[in-house]
Amino acid sequence: MRVVLERREEPLRFMQVGAPILALLLTIVLSWPFFLLLGLDPPATLKIFFVEPLSSWNGISEWLLKASPLILIALGLTVGFRANVWNIGAEGMFTIGAIAAAWCGLRYGASDHVWLLPLMAVAGAGGGMVWAAIPAWLKTRANTNEILVTLMLNYVAALILSYLVNGPMQDPDGLNYPQTASFEPAAMFAPLFSGLRLNASLFITAAAVVLSWLFLERSFLGFQMNVSGAAPVAARYAGFRQTRMVWLSLLSSGAAAGLAGMMEAAGPLGQLTPSISPGYGFTAIIVAFVGRLQPLGIVCGGLLLSLLYLGGEAVQMSLNVPASLARSFQGALLFFLLAADVSIVYRIRLRRR
Amino acid sequence: MTAQPRLELRQVSKRYGAVLANDAVSLSVEPGQIHAVLGENGAGKSTLMKILYGAVRPDSGEILWEGKPVEIASPGAARRLGIGMVYQHFSLFETISVAENIAVAIDGQFDLKALTERIRKLGARYGLPVAPERLLHDLSVGERQRVEILRCLLQEPKLLILDEPTAVLTPQAVRQLFGVLRELAASGCSILYISHKLDEIRELCEVATVLRGGRAVATAAPKTQSAAELARLMVGVEVPAIRRDGHARSTAPRLELAGLTRAASDPFGTALDKVTLAVHGGEVVGIAGISGNGQSELLAALSGETPSAEAMIRLDGSSVGDRGVAARRKRGLVFVPEERLGRGAVPAMSLADNGLLTAHGLGLVRRGLIRRHPVLRFARDVIERFGVRCAGPMAAARSLSGGNLQKFIVGREMSLEPGVLIVSQPTWGVDVAAATFLRQSLLDLSRRGAAILVISEELEELFEICDRIAVLCRGRLSVARPREQTSTEEIGLMMSGIDARAA
Repeated sequence: MRVVLERREEPLRFMQVGAPILALLLTIVLSWPFFLLLGLDPPATLKIFFVEPLSSWNGISEWLLKASPLILIALGLTVGFRANVWNIGAEGMFTIGAIAAAWCGLRYGASDHVWLLPLMAVAGAGGGMVWAAIPAWLKTRANTNEILVTLMLNYVAALILSYLVNGPMQDPDGLNYPQTASFEPAAMFAPLFSGLRLNASLFITAAAVVLSWLFLERSFLGFQMNVSGAAPVAARYAGFRQTRMVWLSLLSSGAAAGLAGMMEAAGPLGQLTPSISPGYGFTAIIVAFVGRLQPLGIVCGGLLLSLLYLGGEAVQMSLNVPASLARSFQGALLFFLLAADVSIVYRIRLRRR
Repeated sequence: MTAQPRLELRQVSKRYGAVLANDAVSLSVEPGQIHAVLGENGAGKSTLMKILYGAVRPDSGEILWEGKPVEIASPGAARRLGIGMVYQHFSLFETISVAENIAVAIDGQFDLKALTERIRKLGARYGLPVAPERLLHDLSVGERQRVEILRCLLQEPKLLILDEPTAVLTPQAVRQLFGVLRELAASGCSILYISHKLDEIRELCEVATVLRGGRAVATAAPKTQSAAELARLMVGVEVPAIRRDGHARSTAPRLELAGLTRAASDPFGTALDKVTLAVHGGEVVGIAGISGNGQSELLAALSGETPSAEAMIRLDGSSVGDRGVAARRKRGLVFVPEERLGRGAVPAMSLADNGLLTAHGLGLVRRGLIRRHPVLRFARDVIERFGVRCAGPMAAARSLSGGNLQKFIVGREMSLEPGVLIVSQPTWGVDVAAATFLRQSLLDLSRRGAAILVISEELEELFEICDRIAVLCRGRLSVARPREQTSTEEIGLMMSGIDARAA
């Protein structure tokens, strides 16, 4: 017997929605024995994982607060992924964006000006774009592989951050801790509700969802990106310029990731430390694919992955399990999602030799 | 002739979704008979062939092989029965030799030396001379077809199926092929010959089964029936003749090639050598030639996909050789490529989106946003005017048959009312009625003042619509000769590199 894949005449419609659900179910099935091995009761663990985090207002606030940067970064990445530009460097763009925003926030923090936050937002997006311009320039000029360049630049960005918080940007009154001074209130988003950390940066993400939908589904430029991803030869035939697509892809994902970095720095963090991101830039890649490169799907994907973060933290705290559990969960989910995706376009058959 | 037919189909049906591709088709092929399957695109010819070759299972009906009912479960099963198939598109590897190409298609073990000898003998016996040691990329299209046929003959088939075999051959190579097929038939092998070229079928075949809309509508005797009668059976209505109005040539050429030269883009490509040509408004100029003689390089240079030196190409007097596709399109040059899926159209996208691909300048985009209604209207308009058979403007390009997609792409580009239209194989795989319509549309467009350049392997087509014809051979272009002052024989010879007048 051997397994063969046969192309379907039509893509299977219900699997486009069904695949993420199937993937989630398979992830749970796979993790079941791991829970048992760790001496946990699987149903109770799953309840702490998926239900507990959302059972309080504070939990919901944290959920949205984590989902927001994930969604924003994933929207930016999607622009490139649709055009077959594989940017793995959102983590670095996020970091550089946060650094640029923090520099503005610390430099002009005392001014108490209403334009301070917008300035930081522009600096954040600009920082991300500068970082994204490097792989774009190298790809269009020297035909380098953007996957490698963006991946490497993540480490460069992390080292720059580490240098800055240990040196030029270190808090002079900070007892030599590797961190910057805390931002003034004017350099931070105000909480939406008292006592909760959720802040107004959520509206930036909401606006980005609408804008990216408009760009990807309704604009001619978005159409051109879809064409260069789906059939590069047809894009050449129609006269769509490939270099323009590469620049647009990388700059928009850079701007989104940089802005997300700014939102994180000027939101829950309020200062820079060597570890400002819990891997948002990488998780957002999963979010983009779980959401099958559709803005509304990405919103759902961002909420799901954010829940996995919180659930992972919750089981860590209440059941004392390792932190890598949540990461394995994410990894398994992406793996199963890609596998389930195959069934949309292909039929899986067993065939006798 | 024996009493028992070699192959008999009884009431064979195959349904794809809402479409009945084959509707109770019956036919019977005698040993040693050359039997034509005649039909337009979408009439069900290819489904029928796939059923016979085991690639598709019929929903109902019976297949009898030498009187016994059989089930053909796979191409391997078809080969074991003694059915050989020569596809329209060859499945050969460029970088290995003829013998190796044949060896990879044989199940199980083989001895390359013995095989080489067998290929040589078989080739000599049927008049199919091919040196087994030659590398495939050195071979002409006609020679490649011989390799495909030899590959089938090695299995000693009792039935050989050929799908549109002459689409890529020069008139001289067609003569040769017909000789081989007659020889084969005389030795007892039955031949199923799929085509829509009426002249060929009338010359070669004893019996023709005519398919229309999935049904076998008639069994004809092509030797005694006229081409017009056969066409009427195939299309169902009378096919109009092409109308050629007198033409007024513009004084200045609209498209000029001045010594266009470029190196081959890949090791198997052909370099262009000082290609010079002027196409005026109001005329149709044809470029004949066997594919692989620089056609794809010339087309890419003309469309702007691979730019060349500035002065080598002029559009309405201004040099555009170094400009890209978008700049040339803005100046009114449009292009219909030979590859429909993946180049002329995005396979996964709808016809509406594929209309937008090049027709965005017709008010389909406003302030950077796509206007859904005009996009749908444009696609619907092309579908209607060019008789594209499809589920509507939202149908994916890949769901259309090749001929129907071709109609859509040619229709889309003609709707742009271009000043210069370059078209490669305009009616390749398109049925008779639609081909006539497309040719008439091209002529009408030229008579409205456009300059049209047609690159085609079909000489009949070029002689039907062109005012002047040139030949591309090994990257060199001959002088374009007025249609009245040349003949298919002369052009055919020039295609194989022999210029009677130059000698």
